[in-house]
Amino acid sequence: MSGHSTASSVLTITPAGLYCPAGDFHVDPLRGAPRALVTHGHSDHARAGSAHVLATPETLAIMRARLGPGFAGSAQPIRYGEPLTIGDARVTFHPAGHVLGSAQILIEAAGRRVVVSGDYKRAHDPTCRAFEVVRCDAFVSEATFGLPVFRHPVAADEVAKLLASLRIFPERTHVVGAYSLGKAQRLLALLLEAGWDRPVWVHGAMESMVALYRAEGVRMVETRHVTNADKPKLAGEIVICPPSAASDIWLRKMPDPLVAFASGWMRVRARARQRGVELPLVVSDHADWPELCATVKDTGCSELWVTHGAEEALVHWAQTQGLAARPLHMIGFGDEDEGLDEPDAQPAETPA
Amino acid sequence: MNRFAQLLDRLSYQPARNGKLRLMTDYFRHTADPERGYALAALTGGLSFRHAKPALVRDLVAERIDPALFALSYDFVGDLSETVALLWAPGDGAHGSNHPPLLLSEVVEVLQQAGRNDLRKLLTGWLDALDETGRWALLKLITGSLRVGVSARLARTAVAELGGVEVDAVEQVWHGLAPPYAPLFAWLEGRGERPTAIDPAPFRPAMLAQPLDEKNFDSLDPREFCAEWKWDGIRLQVSAGRDEHGHRLLRLYSRSGEEVTTAFPDLADRLGAIAADEFALDGELLVLREGRVQSFATLQQRLNRKTVTAKLLTEFPAHLRAYDLIALDGEDLRALPFIERRARLAQFVARAGCPQLDISPLIDFADWPSLAAARAEPATAGAGEDGAAVEGVMLKRRDSIYVAGRPTGPWFKWKRDPFNVDAVLMYAQRGHGKRSSYYSDYTFGVWRPGTEGDELVPVGKAYFGFTDEELTRIDRFVRNNTIDRFGPVRVVEHGADKGLVFEIAFEGLNRSTRHKSGVAMRFPRIARIRWDKPAREADRIEALEALLPPA
Repeated sequence: MSGHSTASSVLTITPAGLYCPAGDFHVDPLRGAPRALVTHGHSDHARAGSAHVLATPETLAIMRARLGPGFAGSAQPIRYGEPLTIGDARVTFHPAGHVLGSAQILIEAAGRRVVVSGDYKRAHDPTCRAFEVVRCDAFVSEATFGLPVFRHPVAADEVAKLLASLRIFPERTHVVGAYSLGKAQRLLALLLEAGWDRPVWVHGAMESMVALYRAEGVRMVETRHVTNADKPKLAGEIVICPPSAASDIWLRKMPDPLVAFASGWMRVRARARQRGVELPLVVSDHADWPELCATVKDTGCSELWVTHGAEEALVHWAQTQGLAARPLHMIGFGDEDEGLDEPDAQPAETPA
Repeated sequence: MNRFAQLLDRLSYQPARNGKLRLMTDYFRHTADPERGYALAALTGGLSFRHAKPALVRDLVAERIDPALFALSYDFVGDLSETVALLWAPGDGAHGSNHPPLLLSEVVEVLQQAGRNDLRKLLTGWLDALDETGRWALLKLITGSLRVGVSARLARTAVAELGGVEVDAVEQVWHGLAPPYAPLFAWLEGRGERPTAIDPAPFRPAMLAQPLDEKNFDSLDPREFCAEWKWDGIRLQVSAGRDEHGHRLLRLYSRSGEEVTTAFPDLADRLGAIAADEFALDGELLVLREGRVQSFATLQQRLNRKTVTAKLLTEFPAHLRAYDLIALDGEDLRALPFIERRARLAQFVARAGCPQLDISPLIDFADWPSLAAARAEPATAGAGEDGAAVEGVMLKRRDSIYVAGRPTGPWFKWKRDPFNVDAVLMYAQRGHGKRSSYYSDYTFGVWRPGTEGDELVPVGKAYFGFTDEELTRIDRFVRNNTIDRFGPVRVVEHGADKGLVFEIAFEGLNRSTRHKSGVAMRFPRIARIRWDKPAREADRIEALEALLPPA
């Protein structure tokens, strides 16, 4: 029924993911492809093994750091707004506001404009370029937080909660679980904005990404490697580690650890309690429900494809707005950051 | 309201008692009157709003949101108040940033005046004015209990810490006070006199017994002790007096000082009719049918009920079996020796002539071996048909005065030996607080016939009974033998040839329809870790079923 839709004249769904026949390329392919356009560096979007990768310079740097120098046959950087013709398609990358280097990809072909947004958010984030609205005929969106119960609070207020807790429990180490690419750096930048003037101790698994962000000019609070710390002396200090490490054995050496977790899922109390989190911080790098709805409207699209997340509610809403909308049920997305059950340790999270 | 909401939010995630205390004390210290006073009232269960019902909340949200989106959201979140709090999108004309923040005191004061018909409009306005956490707290506050794991006494303990006084000092003046408790805070902060209204029916901190180590017998002289049955009920203190208008006041308190009067109106009425101006009894709450003490499982059916129905009162009649009299007609008896208090108690009970009150009898014994025999066979040693409701014996020094807490020496409890069962570790879950990096909560099972041979069925959960060293070792075992995981729960390998056996000690067994195995253990804990024992040699369900009381 959607065979003659706007989007499907530009993009098709293949086993390897979204594919554009006019330009003979994949976007965020699920496995190695001859030509891959990559929206951002999270492992569920940026995979190794493609012959040719086109992405922003920051995303390429992240892929190189996380996947190794041989992550692709060849890599081509493209700046935000820089037009490029591939076969019969014309593509441009636009800021998505998700993590450093993240992009939405506008594909123009057969007289249609389709935007593949990857992951995105509209909220303030000092670590990356703010989301830009790109008008289009068809919009391909995520829906990680695609339920109206998700309305993320202002991130600075959540950081204030962390600082308030440090005041009440100055003898406890505050261990904050945060995804190692994006969330950790955003917290470090928000802590700087909040005036935190002591070093923050970071887990080995996120050090290289913190260094990469600094090299890209992102301003963050001073950090130190937690493995070098005299752990019993970490009372009243902040430690940031991957979510899987927030329940790990290495915590035991710290004074009475207080476990916090920075994630959009912390909005729902049962989720926080299941994880044994004592201080949930609702900080997300994904669009919340109002942002998803506003963005769909802002793009002026007449057709919506939903790649992953809570597709059902967003598709239902779009249909009540008179849009053609369909869920893609794409498997494999949403696994790295804000995955509901993030793996205990994945290659990128293994301390180097 | 926002600060109060944040406090409730933090409390709901804080597992440790001391952590909860710190959060509350910090709130009381940094919040002004009357806001903090109403918060204290909310935390101590002193507020109730008759007109607010969950149905009204559901109605309100239905006006705002597409039913399909509501259904998807409720399904995901699982709790109505929380779903509504998260879903509520402020309507047109909601406040701007220059609107003064909504205060808890405003909510309480307005609701006390408001009628049923005003409620819809008021609630809508408040929900519009608050953020998600604020809406969640408001809905919890007005529709029922807060359920943040704080007892009234714990909240009063936090307030006491403001003034560096003992919680009992607050308890003594508590019942003369009303929300928002301005004189209480003024006194605690050194700005005012101690409130003078002394509670005519106060809680007197309970005296507790030490567990008896049988090695102690060598150093104890049986002639210096009295012995009583240890009843398998609930410790209860009855405190009665007259207020300044001469009206009878009677309160029932739990061992920790929580007032539980409203849960046992039958008992409170009967005891309230006793002709004495002032008295305080210490005893055991039991359910008696035709004069016979019922099992703890029966008593349990009367506990933790939201509403006490007439049916409940008839089916589970409450009774007090008294073992101490600690105040009588203006006289504090706590400084008298036990044996004298006991004589006064006997007199008091006889004179009271109240069928719902009797005295816990003394056990006749000459030496420790004869007491041990009585403990082993209560039914033939004087407890008669009530023997099944005895869970051990109490030893009280004849000269012991009544003191608060658990002093060493005057009182001992010598519980019946626990039941034991060998069970296999099946699932492990991480603990809280200091144990948050350890798998310290264990679900264990025993063998039963299955469709493909024997299988393990879970029979209980335990999270203590081991040393720190043992915990480290079990934790390592769990991590090395995990075969699957569901969120925070690990499935630990368990089969005939693979698995860790725990010797579980427990106090009794009840039938349960909620558990797959059909049984529920009382007070299970790990007695020993049987690293040596093959899992196939663990116990079978039949061994447990044999312990069940007759259906």
